[in-house]
Amino acid sequence: MNNEFNANHLIYLLHGAAWTLGLSAVGFVGGSLLGFVVALGRIAPSRWLRGGVMVYVQLVQGTPLLILMFLAYFGLSIAGLDVSPLVAAGLAMTVYASAYLGEIWRGSLQSVPRTQWEAAECLSFSASQRLFLIIVPQALRIATPPTVGFLVQIVKNTSLASVVGFIELARAGQVINNALFEPFLVFSIMAVLYFALCYPLSLWAHALETRLQVGRRVPLGT
Amino acid sequence: MTDNVPIVRLDRVQKSFGAARVLDGVSFDVQRGEVVAIVGKSGSGKSTALRCIDRLETIDGGQITVCGQSLDSPSLDLRRLRREVGIVFQSYNLFPHLTVVQNVSLALRKVRRKSAAEAATIAQRVLQQVGMADKAQAYPEQLSGGQQQRVAIARSLAMEPQLMLFDEVTSALDPELTGEVLQVMESLARGGMTMILVTHEMAFAAKVANQIIFMHAGRVHEAGGPEILAEPQTPELRRFVGNGL
Amino acid sequence: MSYKFEFASVLAFWPDFLHGTWLTVQLSFLATLLGFVLGTLCAIGRRGHIAWLRRLCGFYVEVIRNTPLLVQIFLFYFGLASVGLPMHATVAALVVLVINVGAYTTEIMRAGFDSVHPGQLEAAECLGLSRPQIYWNVVLQPAMERVYPALTSQFVLLMLATSITSQISAEELTAVANRVQSMTFRAFETYLVVAAFYLVLSFAMRLGFWLLGLVIFPRRRQLGTAL
Repeated sequence: MNNEFNANHLIYLLHGAAWTLGLSAVGFVGGSLLGFVVALGRIAPSRWLRGGVMVYVQLVQGTPLLILMFLAYFGLSIAGLDVSPLVAAGLAMTVYASAYLGEIWRGSLQSVPRTQWEAAECLSFSASQRLFLIIVPQALRIATPPTVGFLVQIVKNTSLASVVGFIELARAGQVINNALFEPFLVFSIMAVLYFALCYPLSLWAHALETRLQVGRRVPLGT
Repeated sequence: MTDNVPIVRLDRVQKSFGAARVLDGVSFDVQRGEVVAIVGKSGSGKSTALRCIDRLETIDGGQITVCGQSLDSPSLDLRRLRREVGIVFQSYNLFPHLTVVQNVSLALRKVRRKSAAEAATIAQRVLQQVGMADKAQAYPEQLSGGQQQRVAIARSLAMEPQLMLFDEVTSALDPELTGEVLQVMESLARGGMTMILVTHEMAFAAKVANQIIFMHAGRVHEAGGPEILAEPQTPELRRFVGNGL
Repeated sequence: MSYKFEFASVLAFWPDFLHGTWLTVQLSFLATLLGFVLGTLCAIGRRGHIAWLRRLCGFYVEVIRNTPLLVQIFLFYFGLASVGLPMHATVAALVVLVINVGAYTTEIMRAGFDSVHPGQLEAAECLGLSRPQIYWNVVLQPAMERVYPALTSQFVLLMLATSITSQISAEELTAVANRVQSMTFRAFETYLVVAAFYLVLSFAMRLGFWLLGLVIFPRRRQLGTAL
């Protein structure tokens, strides 16, 4: 091949990176909405609800994200719906994020001191007022560092959407590599771009943790 | 080693933490077999002085000589010197994942290179000496503060040091538990161990110590036998003793 | 919905699934072991006196933790092959997994080491123990006890991440699934079955780690403190 890596290729990669961010946003927003429901379900008074939500979390956390992607992709087509890779990947990322964010936020809600819950009850707040006016604002503070930390996981894991054909950064890199046959160069540039997206988020998460002086929480992941 | 060379000598020692001058020209000697009690208010620098003797803190000026070696000598083998100095801390610092007998025999095996059998024998002996032989298989979290402190003393004692340092070892204990620890320390003193103790227990110091050093604002303010507590020469010591500390 | 679920043709491939599971287990086990050692050494390096080693370990951790595993695998497998260092897919998979989990383990072990009370380090130093002796006898076990839940969670995540190595055709469980679904045309059922396998593996791993915890932490076993 007499093609060298040039500006066009870089632009194609940057385009892919934009889609990476887009899918990350979908996963984060969708995962947050569903995750909030999960968190509430985990602390609900009803034992059935708590158990059911826990089963959901265990199922999602015990399955590789790649498998979730495949299930979403083929599952949607079985259900007769439009199977664009974006929708499939978005669904998989949403479900994946909801389980982990739900657990993070459950932990944050439970970290708010018991005395706050009791004080709110004694002030005759209804259950939902107590939750949204008193507890959630305090839990938000505690939840922010690990949530930002998980956002890094989301961005990295969008790379798996490439396997169901979604053209984000990883797929864009593969496409270019197939044209140029320069895997070392292309994938290195890809790595640098991912690093540029993720490292600022990691630093921010670390700064939040230090500022809040919450006990050091080590982010897990792959 | 001739008899009148002190086992510990501090010579015009200075130490600052940042802008704060904690030790401001501290000098004193400790002879072999002597029991020295360092007393003073919080912040007078007494714990710092003690910690400097075992090189847990480095000094900014002056000199400290321990067992004939200067602590700032470039050829100092600190690990070897520390075998000769035992130190017992206010917070006991027992290793939580090891049993009592394992705590005591760890250094015997790793540092003094004793065999497991020898280490076990020595450990048994020192635990008996402090009255903790029946708790050999217990973990530290199962023991009271006084019991843990006695194990900590046994741990240092097992290494057969030439000198033992005690850094406010009863300050963290409930009053009813201090007695058992002081008893062990008294029997050590009567056995001829060279001891330097930083303590708030005035009665104990007066009873057991050969030399009492009163520190104030980073300096040795008064030094002498136990009689200085009964007849303080300076207003600071008078105030200190008068407060019944 | 007119789709009829049909699992029989998929389940007929159970020997292949078992083979794939076995490779998944092997990869996970080896990567966990080697990754733990690497991570612990790196954590020690990051806390040590040698400045360049501290910086190197820090650099390694940040690069790995801020790039996707998929990219790391591609770079290692295809990238090295292109500059004259080809290797077997399974070997490449193992190496990348070890490097990857090593970075996360470094941070977990660092938190564990930092959690050991400095007083104990002082006591150990004053007893004359050397730095390596202190790490091995005084710091390591309490640190591991403290971070054991995080460690085990990380290693379960590692096992799930082995699925990504299917992309370089390591013949683990997901790769088998890809093959089976292309033959049976029952993609959804295939991945559902494989998801079940992974769930069983996750559960088995957590159980295994719990039992291991009883063995290596005798204090917990004796005092009955839950881990």
